[in-house]
Amino acid sequence: MSAEMQDDVIKEPSMLKQKAMIADNYEQLTSAPETGRKVAATYVPGNLNELIMCFDMLNNLPEINAIQNGMRKKSGRMIQDAEKMGHSEDVCTYVKADIGNMAKGAIAPNGKPMPVPDLLLLSYTGCFTFMKWFELLRDEYGCKTAMLHVPYTGDGIITDNMRDYVVKQLKEEVIPAMEEVSGVKFDIDRLRENLKRSAEAEDDFVWVLQSAKSKPSPIDAYFGGVYYIGPIFTAFRGTQDAVDYYKILRGEIEARLANGQGPITPEGELKEERYRLVVEGPPNWTSFRDFWKMFHEEGAVVVASTYTKVGGVYDYDGFRHDPDRPLESLAEYCLGCYTNRNLPARVDMIESYMNDYQADGFLVNSIKSCNSFSAGQLMMMREIETRTGKPAAFIETDLVDPRYFSPANVKNRLESYFQMIEQKRKGGGPAKAA
Amino acid sequence: MQCFIGIDLGSTTTKAVLLDEDGRILGRGITNSRSNYATASAVAKQEARTDARMTLFRRSFDKAVVSGNPDAVMEGVELAIRREEFLGQLQDLKATCRSHMKSEADGLGEALDEIFVYIEDESETMFAPGAERKSDFFRDLAGAKFMQKGEEVAKQTGIAFDAILNLYDKSIIDVENRPPEGGVRSMFKDALDEALIGAPDLEVDAGKLEAAVSEALDVELEETYVVGTGYGRVTLPFPKEHIRSEILCHGLGAHVMYPETRTVLDIGGQDTKAIQVDAQGIVENFQMNDRCAAGCGRYLGYIADEMNMGLHELGPMAMKATKTIRINSTCTVFAGAELRDRLALGEKREDILAGLHRAIILRAMSIISRSGGITDQFTFTGGVANNAAAVRELEKLIEENYGKVTINIDPASIYTGALGAATFARREAIH
Amino acid sequence: MRSADEIVEACEQLYDDLDFAQARAWKAAKPGRKVIGFMPVYVPREIIHAAGMLPLGVLGGGDSLEVIHGDAYYQSYICRIPRSTVELAISKRLDFVDGMLFPSICDVIRNLSGMWKMMLPDVYVRYFDVPQNYKDDIGGTYYIEELKELKAGLERLAGREITEDALNASIEVYNENRRAVKRVYDYRAGQPWKAPAWEVYLLMRAGMLLPVEEHTALIDEYLVACAEADRPMRDNCRIIMQGSFCEQPPLALIKSIELSGCYIVDDDYMLVNRWLLEDVPTDGDPIANLAEAFLKHSTETAAKYEPCGERKGKYLVDAVKDRGAEGVIFAAPSFCDPALLDRPMLANALSKASVPHISFKYAENSGQMQPIREQAGTFADTIKLWSEP
Repeated sequence: MSAEMQDDVIKEPSMLKQKAMIADNYEQLTSAPETGRKVAATYVPGNLNELIMCFDMLNNLPEINAIQNGMRKKSGRMIQDAEKMGHSEDVCTYVKADIGNMAKGAIAPNGKPMPVPDLLLLSYTGCFTFMKWFELLRDEYGCKTAMLHVPYTGDGIITDNMRDYVVKQLKEEVIPAMEEVSGVKFDIDRLRENLKRSAEAEDDFVWVLQSAKSKPSPIDAYFGGVYYIGPIFTAFRGTQDAVDYYKILRGEIEARLANGQGPITPEGELKEERYRLVVEGPPNWTSFRDFWKMFHEEGAVVVASTYTKVGGVYDYDGFRHDPDRPLESLAEYCLGCYTNRNLPARVDMIESYMNDYQADGFLVNSIKSCNSFSAGQLMMMREIETRTGKPAAFIETDLVDPRYFSPANVKNRLESYFQMIEQKRKGGGPAKAA
Repeated sequence: MQCFIGIDLGSTTTKAVLLDEDGRILGRGITNSRSNYATASAVAKQEARTDARMTLFRRSFDKAVVSGNPDAVMEGVELAIRREEFLGQLQDLKATCRSHMKSEADGLGEALDEIFVYIEDESETMFAPGAERKSDFFRDLAGAKFMQKGEEVAKQTGIAFDAILNLYDKSIIDVENRPPEGGVRSMFKDALDEALIGAPDLEVDAGKLEAAVSEALDVELEETYVVGTGYGRVTLPFPKEHIRSEILCHGLGAHVMYPETRTVLDIGGQDTKAIQVDAQGIVENFQMNDRCAAGCGRYLGYIADEMNMGLHELGPMAMKATKTIRINSTCTVFAGAELRDRLALGEKREDILAGLHRAIILRAMSIISRSGGITDQFTFTGGVANNAAAVRELEKLIEENYGKVTINIDPASIYTGALGAATFARREAIH
Repeated sequence: MRSADEIVEACEQLYDDLDFAQARAWKAAKPGRKVIGFMPVYVPREIIHAAGMLPLGVLGGGDSLEVIHGDAYYQSYICRIPRSTVELAISKRLDFVDGMLFPSICDVIRNLSGMWKMMLPDVYVRYFDVPQNYKDDIGGTYYIEELKELKAGLERLAGREITEDALNASIEVYNENRRAVKRVYDYRAGQPWKAPAWEVYLLMRAGMLLPVEEHTALIDEYLVACAEADRPMRDNCRIIMQGSFCEQPPLALIKSIELSGCYIVDDDYMLVNRWLLEDVPTDGDPIANLAEAFLKHSTETAAKYEPCGERKGKYLVDAVKDRGAEGVIFAAPSFCDPALLDRPMLANALSKASVPHISFKYAENSGQMQPIREQAGTFADTIKLWSEP
């Protein structure tokens, strides 16, 4: 998801492959006006990439664009531009970064402008702000918009009503809209092929995530995880590239595991795993490396995270895209995305991670922008502490607005937390490492 | 003797605490924080060492007293030492100011001389027994007198006050950042002799007095282990293993002061923290409010400015309130506006202030709530803990929401962090 | 016959009572009675009524509730209504409430439904979803199932079936209430000096607590009393308040707006009693009728998707025309995603229609009215200055 890190780290084949995939996708997006390919925009939670592929459309994900701009330290300006245009300081900074970006020509990482999307696929999954985001883009740029309402699983289960509703919308709203925009007739067998590839990639992806159950963990499942979720969450799920990527990645991680190696960090291999953490909440993008450093320099490894489930949950209940039930499994995929699950379900998931991944502690990175993740995190924290007896920490940052990341603030809380665990270990208190 | 030192680099003040082998507090030192962290640490540490010597002397001096009250002598010695230190830095300031003068011609030299002579003379009253000083920091004491006399001299001589002030501004930081020399030894004997002369009713055993003096001065205070702490300091002037987070230091310090405490609230100038500690003083949970001024001491500072009052006057005035006024702004920026609104509506200052104190405590209650609530005993530290009106609001809210809880407040709570750091130092060395 | 002032005073007492004595008394009056709380923005109260239960609108704790424990549940950049609502629960002020409904309005209220389940496991809790697709066989089918699930949940709680007849009867009762609400809103827009906005507001708040039949009667009593009252006309401009559909402004804010020279001729406070814009049929399948009413005849608000870009904001522009308003004041709670995200698009629509507008934020416990008065006052002056004679 970023060119930044690759420059300074050993060039693992999987990283190089991902970098190439991303670059190629941006190339295709920016040359769409010439090639005539149609561009769909959608969201990471509820990303129906396999379906978009059926219509030979390209997939542009504004959240990813915001992340790219955040990591390249460009988002701050974009957000301020959007605020000058009348958008409130209180609302999501992804939206403002996107609006600010588009207002100034939406320059992609390759330096070329990205076209206004031909179709806004409003996958209303797990986040209220998504609804308004595309309404705002439509208001500004007049884009054709297709709404896919993915109901929130308020009781923690997917009901037939919910699944049927989503499937019907796919059949009668989304697919016709895509046919109209692309000029390509829907072929369900193409979808099945794509879904088959998705499932294959998902198997390897889950294997990689679960490698962190080992001690020491060969991966960091939050900062490192951000790279591992790239292809499966974005424009590549369903492609052969993604299948290949995850095979390569799995091989790399298998080797690390066999050699007892810790995760790669921007400063080399993490040699001494001192703290195993489960983390809830998205990372900060504008100070990503500095933020990661505060962890790895203390020997803190994230063994499981909820953010790596935001674009789809494949590990917890074993969900796979299913070519035999193409539209139904697309619906179930959307309904099962992390932020579309109710709070008790999220707490249960975190509790199982704490146990299965032998965590020493739980950390919440509370994001100012994101009410979907954030509202209720304080209660989740206390609940996890009660259920697992492990200590929890709470830090506050933001996605892509650099004004809301205060290094001293974050470092102080993190250091205090790690020292707290350390002292407990010495004193033999409940926070003892297993 | 083995000593363990903790140094807390706060945003406004730097504190040091010195413990003996048994973990008893021997000395405490405090100075204003400054740009050079190493110097601030050194000054605070030196103050603590001086204080330690005084403590050692006091212990033995008591044994040497045959009849009469030794308190006046103790005070006399301390004051004399403080005065000597002050005069020493004053000389430094004078020389540094002169060195910044471009030429002798424009009468600045004479102006300076007059100012400094005045301050030297004033020092006797400043450090007289029973004298009240708003602060013990050189910058505050010398600065205030310098300004006062400087304005006078400027008027008399016709020299621009700015020119005089300029010399001060250029010099004060350098003077502050020069590490302290030696210690108290040289001044001590003279100070003691003078103090004894001034207390004819006191009868002492000469031999035991001799022993007391050598105990105080000759014992080596070995700095066996030093631990530093401080929030927001990008680089603390200590090696990494010697640094502890200020939250942990604070929790442990509170535990040392009150071993039964389980919940600690600190309202500092720039942040507020709620800490839960276990029976060993180790932090189990904490929450901070460090992004927002509301709920910190700064809030009161802002209010004091708005009302044109001294910070220390707010509490006493609020205590006179006869009515509860609800101030709803939790934002410092708007609290001033709401305050003005109320005054315009005819509300009394006392009542408004009581409402403002309640507002700051309500914020603190939120943070406490997030950290896990209040478990008996509850310790309240930080500058705001010395504010009677704040304490009153806190007591009310605690009783309403958590029932009967023992509330511990120590006037020396500003040293809590440094005490915790020193305790960590001792624990580290002993294991 | 009570005067308007007396009626309003009674309503204000209800509004101030955070112990909900009135609702408690209703419950205690007959054994087996149940109370179902609901949050903004819309629930079909007819179904609750048909189950013999009292729908209770829970709109946070307002400006007189100090939040002590509630702040342990929410970070500082989230609005106040969820924390004061949690405070109400923790302080046992809602201990008589048997069920709680959380409509799909935003992520904060959505997540609160899950928190409530964990905090109060013995209470019937439901996240109440509405469709964002308005086609009969897609969104309609989904919504009918959703309504049926709610009905089944309430039946379980009641220990008996809710018959079609009962539902149709409840729909009629609520039709009457909607007509009464429309009457008072029309009256106010017609003669705003006779029915001040803050009075109508308190009347509507009373409707969140009282049995609906009583509320309908109260509205009509008020209208008669207003006609009798001698209230002088003022030279105020006419504006619409927009954005306060969830966390409510303090009463002082509403008063301040009118004191500054603006008549509030329409607003979106408490949309629940004005959600359905027409009478719902009372014959046939009541669930299907309620669904149809939602899909085809419901109001527009930030929590609803607008399928057609050109129509975005049209409802507000139309309201300005229909009510003879001269401007719009956007008043949103701090941190309110729906109101704040929607605002630029609504403002755009207004600008295109040359309707002046201003905006500010508030919190349910805002104490600082001076800036509000200044802004509203200046707005009123500019409207008067620049409006055509």
